[in-house]
Amino acid sequence: MDRAETDRRIREQLEPFNSKRIAVAEGTSFAGDLEFDSLTVMDFVAAIEDEFDIIISMNQQAEIETWAQLVDAVHAMRKDGA
Amino acid sequence: MSEGVMQADQPPVIEAAPAGDLFAKFDGVIAMREGLLKAGQEDPFSLVMEQVLSPTRAICNGRETILLGTYNYMGMTFDPDVIAAGKQALADFGTGTTGSRVLNGTYQGHRECEDALREFYGMDHAMVFSTGYQANLGIISTIAGKGDYIVLDIDSHASIWDGCALGNAEVVPFRHNDIDAMEKRLKRIPEGAGKLVILEGVYSMLGDIAPLKEMVAIARKHGAMVLVDEAHSMGFIGENGRGVAEDAGVMDDVDFIIGTFSKSVGTVGGFCVSNHPKFEIMRLVCRPYVFTASLPPSVVATAATSIRKLMDGADKRAHLWKNSRRLHGGLKALGFELGTAKALSAIVAVIMPDLEKGAAMWQALLHEGLYVNLARPPATPANMTLLRCSLCAEHSDAEVETILGMFERAGKAVGII
Ligand SMILES: Cc1ncc(COP(=O)(O)O)c(C=O)c1O
Repeated sequence: MDRAETDRRIREQLEPFNSKRIAVAEGTSFAGDLEFDSLTVMDFVAAIEDEFDIIISMNQQAEIETWAQLVDAVHAMRKDGA
Repeated sequence: MSEGVMQADQPPVIEAAPAGDLFAKFDGVIAMREGLLKAGQEDPFSLVMEQVLSPTRAICNGRETILLGTYNYMGMTFDPDVIAAGKQALADFGTGTTGSRVLNGTYQGHRECEDALREFYGMDHAMVFSTGYQANLGIISTIAGKGDYIVLDIDSHASIWDGCALGNAEVVPFRHNDIDAMEKRLKRIPEGAGKLVILEGVYSMLGDIAPLKEMVAIARKHGAMVLVDEAHSMGFIGENGRGVAEDAGVMDDVDFIIGTFSKSVGTVGGFCVSNHPKFEIMRLVCRPYVFTASLPPSVVATAATSIRKLMDGADKRAHLWKNSRRLHGGLKALGFELGTAKALSAIVAVIMPDLEKGAAMWQALLHEGLYVNLARPPATPANMTLLRCSLCAEHSDAEVETILGMFERAGKAVGII
């Protein structure tokens, strides 16, 4: 289970929330580039949580601003032997 | 959700100001407000009541106005017994305690007020705070500490969010009233961690209620403690007016009930009631209880008297429900879109197509002589603009009909119906 696989699965979850089809790179920010509001954040986080069966608390979310940080955080939390 | 009109209940992430002026970060809010006022509005957020005639009438901007946007659900603010108790306490105990509850600020009246609450809820312990905001702030931040998890509804009131922010627990929100989403999150919490589920009986933005029967059972199943904020249900929901938890038959499974004196009770103050055997220790460890002055003697005297009267307020309760159902049914028949399919509380939220029309409608109603609450994004769920109507047991049948007539005229004038 490598980081690229985690990245790919999060990208799938992002699809429905990225209505403007913004190209996402490691440095893409959720508030700035993707213009996520708090409701979108909640739904997107819930989708990732369900996909990986993890919890990303608001405290942890506060540390995550960019795509790379999200992928790293989720990858570290994966219980399936990442 | 809160009545905060310019802010979301969830604390915002504020961008750092570029340089120097610490107020630069408020420029967005300032611009938003100016935009609204430029549209020729009376400022919906700085209305002054020049005279208050009764729980349901006031003079606003020189006009006699029917009040349909207060939280005076049970109309206790002008109750003669309540007023007499306040005057007596003012004469006997003075204007204020000038001290903390744990030092020189606990008078006979504070004890009597807590006795009244224990009896009202049939619970072992009651703790009175200076406001409901502080009750949430204090209890939540104190009981949920580092390594514990708080699972809460995303539409929670600002005081709940701020209680979470003040503490060190991991905060995990779930979609509004979504039972499955709540359970999924509870399931994923690491073994052994402390868990607190926070719910509200009535959510004040739309006037909808939580499925407490199911949610409390699930919380229990996963070993979580449960706190329910019953700010908007006290006095008229449940057989004894104890709230949605009573109505759902789950009082025994709720660990903490938070409430306020600023709504049905008709004064100011907050409280927590509980059966937890160690609850009294809160008085020593809860900072928003310790490090602030206690309520004035007149306030706790009016609160205690009001709470005792609410215990046998069955007739008023029935009339409040009649009012709520009539207003809800009448507005629906007129063609307004409402926040709930039927009347579930004393709040009826009318959904406006957009902020501009909402503000125009608010003003048209004010000119008709009716005050309602204008709620707007980001304080509202799903960024709706709402005209929130809250009924009072003292609104007469005739007044409710008058109100419907005002809505019909204003709605047609603004082009909403
Ligand atoms: C759900 C809820 N909890 C707590 C509070 C705070 O109550 P208080 O006005 O006593 O600070 C309010 C009212 O603003 C509320 O709506």
